[in-house]
Amino acid sequence: MRLRPLPAPLALACAGTAAAFGLLLAVRYGAVPLTRAEFLAALSGSGSGPDRFIITGLRAPRALMASLVGGGLAVAGATLQALLRNPLAEPYILGISGGAALGAVLALAGGWVSVASLALPLAAFAGALLAIGLVFGVAFSGARRMDVGVLLLAGVVVGAFFQACVALVLTLAEANTIRSALLWMMGSIDGASWGGVSVVAAYTIPLLAVLVSLARPLNAMAIGEETATYLGTDVERIKRLAYGSASLVAAAGVTFAGVIGFVGLIVPHGVRLVAGGDHRLLLPLSFLAGAAFLTVADLVARTALAPAEIPVGIVTALVGVPFFLLLLKKGPGR
Amino acid sequence: MNFETEGVSVRYSRSRPLALRDVSIQIPSGSLYAVLGPNGSGKSTLLRALLGSVPLAAGHVRLAGRPVHAWSRRAIARSVGVVTQHESVTFPISVRDFVSMGRYPHLGAIRRESAKDRRAVAAALEACRVADLADRWLGTLSGGEWQRARIARAMAQEPDALALDEPTASLDLRHEMAILHLLRRAADDGRTVVLVTHQIELAARFADRILLLDGGRVGAEGTPDAVLREEVLERVYRWPVAVTEDPATGHWHVTPLAGVGNEAPGPRPGRKGPAAGGGPRHGRRPADARAEGQASPSRAR
Repeated sequence: MRLRPLPAPLALACAGTAAAFGLLLAVRYGAVPLTRAEFLAALSGSGSGPDRFIITGLRAPRALMASLVGGGLAVAGATLQALLRNPLAEPYILGISGGAALGAVLALAGGWVSVASLALPLAAFAGALLAIGLVFGVAFSGARRMDVGVLLLAGVVVGAFFQACVALVLTLAEANTIRSALLWMMGSIDGASWGGVSVVAAYTIPLLAVLVSLARPLNAMAIGEETATYLGTDVERIKRLAYGSASLVAAAGVTFAGVIGFVGLIVPHGVRLVAGGDHRLLLPLSFLAGAAFLTVADLVARTALAPAEIPVGIVTALVGVPFFLLLLKKGPGR
Repeated sequence: MNFETEGVSVRYSRSRPLALRDVSIQIPSGSLYAVLGPNGSGKSTLLRALLGSVPLAAGHVRLAGRPVHAWSRRAIARSVGVVTQHESVTFPISVRDFVSMGRYPHLGAIRRESAKDRRAVAAALEACRVADLADRWLGTLSGGEWQRARIARAMAQEPDALALDEPTASLDLRHEMAILHLLRRAADDGRTVVLVTHQIELAARFADRILLLDGGRVGAEGTPDAVLREEVLERVYRWPVAVTEDPATGHWHVTPLAGVGNEAPGPRPGRKGPAAGGGPRHGRRPADARAEGQASPSRAR
């Protein structure tokens, strides 16, 4: 039996509940066990000082950061998959992760910043922007139109080049630097602050709104650029807007959370299998599902081996890959 | 809505020959206009030129009297429904949502679908006989059903004109005829239909006018009676044919005759000795066509 797409209100309600529940869990549980009474007291602001700090100073910003980054990566992934008409595209395909990693590693190796410093995200963001600029520069040169194939190849090649640069810097770096650089590259939301959350929110949410407003053109583009043209879409403009927004959202994610794989790949794919490929529904659902997924993954990352932390990128891969394979095998349309 | 080209030439790249050379045609409003020609003769390019989606090396294209490049993409999309040759179904989407995309030119990015939009979609689903498939995933349709869903999407645009690139290429006989009747009806209702096809006989039966493209040039243009001539078809397709009229139905038959290799026709079946009737570029004599066992007189002159 083939499943029909889930009705839109039901799907949105499910994903919204999952995202909210993920947030609640991430604030409720952690390395330091709190009783329900302590938790409620800390939430309402009447608990002990350390409890309040754990809830509102550590867990809440971290959970919100995970939601924003996870949701952003999922929406960026869904967008790139539509534009490239390839379900295997993911947010880092345009060399963003390589560029960000080079920026971060250079900053760490040069001894300019420590892992906890706010300058580290800046360095990573500069690297990501450099990669985006390079890839788009190549894809746009020569012709007025943006060639999607060239864009894809340029992204892969620029990413590989930056990875080589990262490896080169690391071979020359000290052991301490190598360890913190590797941890950063595996992805971690450790040390999220309210300041960081507000920066990511102010930056990501407008870009996400732009992408959601492009849902209809993206539907048309997913069928083919020629058809999209005949449905009245300004294909070149949509491509610039959508690629630009998606890569900037991904850059924000990589900047504050390192390279977190699989969220941008699995989440949109899973959502499509359940709710269909209409981007008007797919993009909001992907945001909610991505937020829920990364929030819970981060909860697992900091509690599974507490007090030690696993990089959240490892959790997303360990949880995401089997889940993805199961969906592929048992999902609707098979 | 009429289409008009004047000395149109198209070149895709400097290293390649012109895809269209000096094509001047008139497609009157409310007519079914068939574009025929061998592979690579420029049929799809002509369609793109008519829709303003390929730069012209020379000449002018006018839609409803206005230069095509003065139209916005969205204005063209509101007036012309297009079914291209290639499309991909990479992601799951229901047939109804797919057909609803035909309303995009009317809705833009944000506006909600109104009752009028839903009526247009329902009518298009009904007309193309995909209404009972509306809630299925597009990816689960057969090739013919998918093709009908694509035509339904173009119909849902409620356009003044339809442009279709081999829309019946993968359809069985029943569905092909249903689609052609649908297109004929659309033309009779006042819509202009531009149909690229390889089906010479069906084009002759349904079209008001036929354009036969030959290496990017106009090989022949006119009513089916004027274009379906042995010497014309043989010159363009470089293959010997017999054109006959079926006495029972009154429809034209184009019968490709035996040939050897790519160019030269072989001896006629049932006939010994050297080939009579000359090469493929020469007109067939009526006697030769009759030798094929056709009861009706040949149309060669």
